[in-house]
Amino acid sequence: METANTGRMVDVEILRQDTENGATRWEKFKVPYRPGMNVISALMHIQKYPETADGKKTTPVTWDMNCLEEVCGACSMIINGRPQQSCSALVDKLTEPIRLEPMATFPVVRDLQVDRSRMFNALKRVKAWVPIDGTYELGEGPRMPERKRQWAYELSKCMTCGVCMEACPNVSEKASFIGPAPLSQVRLFNTHPTGAMNKDERLAAIMGDGGLANCGNSQNCVAACPKGIPLTTSIASLNRATTVQMFKNFFGSDHMV
Amino acid sequence: MSKDREFLWRRLHSLLGVIPVGLFLVFHLSLNFTAIGGEEVYNDATGLMELVPHSLLLLMEWVIIYIPLLFHALYGVYIAFTATHNTKRFSTFRNWMFRIQRMTGIFLVIFIAWHIFQTRIQKAFGATVDWNMMEEIVDNPWMLLFYILGILSATFHLSNGIWSFLVSWGFTQSKSSQRVATYVSMAIFVILSVMGVVAICSFAI
Repeated sequence: METANTGRMVDVEILRQDTENGATRWEKFKVPYRPGMNVISALMHIQKYPETADGKKTTPVTWDMNCLEEVCGACSMIINGRPQQSCSALVDKLTEPIRLEPMATFPVVRDLQVDRSRMFNALKRVKAWVPIDGTYELGEGPRMPERKRQWAYELSKCMTCGVCMEACPNVSEKASFIGPAPLSQVRLFNTHPTGAMNKDERLAAIMGDGGLANCGNSQNCVAACPKGIPLTTSIASLNRATTVQMFKNFFGSDHMV
Repeated sequence: MSKDREFLWRRLHSLLGVIPVGLFLVFHLSLNFTAIGGEEVYNDATGLMELVPHSLLLLMEWVIIYIPLLFHALYGVYIAFTATHNTKRFSTFRNWMFRIQRMTGIFLVIFIAWHIFQTRIQKAFGATVDWNMMEEIVDNPWMLLFYILGILSATFHLSNGIWSFLVSWGFTQSKSSQRVATYVSMAIFVILSVMGVVAICSFAI
């Protein structure tokens, strides 16, 4: 369903990579402009017509996408130097040429597609869930005050997109830092009245190697987060919680929950 | 390093930077500041240290200065080299502070090593650390510049380090408290820098 040709062409430059750990190269493309188009629609055009700006045939560009409404986090990439979602990156608001790069803090699978497993593993490591399964009916949990729920909702907006990880100077292949997003989830689940029943386990997880203490307070994460999650406040709050837990662990006789 | 000790090492690194290393820096700069009173005042003030029995002084030097400083320096170099700087893409104030904190840290390892060699180690070989020694050192304009850079790096590293200490231990959580801490740390930076630079320049003029 092509709309009317506006005659205008959009310059797009993409950092290509054919294989994992393979060589990279920049390729230039020209995409016909359509009103209201986003980076994904430009990529879709290139997928249909895989031809560089100087008319050479090339392979279609690979990228990840899913919801197309900035809730799933899959289509994150570096657009003009800033990590963000390509679905909500409107061409009208970008300066040309639009430069697309993969979020290379993660292993690059191909082209703009990265492997964000590191984040999902981190969520498992910190037990970012509320355990409610038992062998018998556990009944209702404690009530959560409505105002607290509204506040916690802000933290629950995290879509594991990886933008904060890409922005963080301490998250990289040469460092083991768990990164801002999984840390903020610890705060979210420790805030939940039922989740708080396993508070010490989550704190113990982020007090392990590559955990919370590796944060260097550059505060890029909070500046980059597309959902406006107060990541650095979460980290500072966890810093206090782990300080208390550290003293409890050492001096106390009962350091659970 | 044994498994799951990183949290403790990091917290220790943060603590030692303020107590005792930071406190020592303030003490050191205060003592240096007596140089504005001239040769006699300075020699009298620094000479007070000689009144402490030598073995006790050595013990204090090792426990309060060398061991904590060495740990802070070595672990700090490791921390600095695990960072991948991106101030070009994220040119925010905090990201620059993050970067400068690491740059000054590396520079300070070099500066302090040289400074200790030039003063304390020479003293161990029989030289006297006094006004004359400092006057000779900063007689070389390059050495004066090196010292000024070293002093500014140290005051910055401590001031900004106090800010991150407050965050890392969970004292300042809210945005507003962190902002106030930024202002306080900047004030500390200005005061200590003026003190330090005025003192070193006193030897040169």
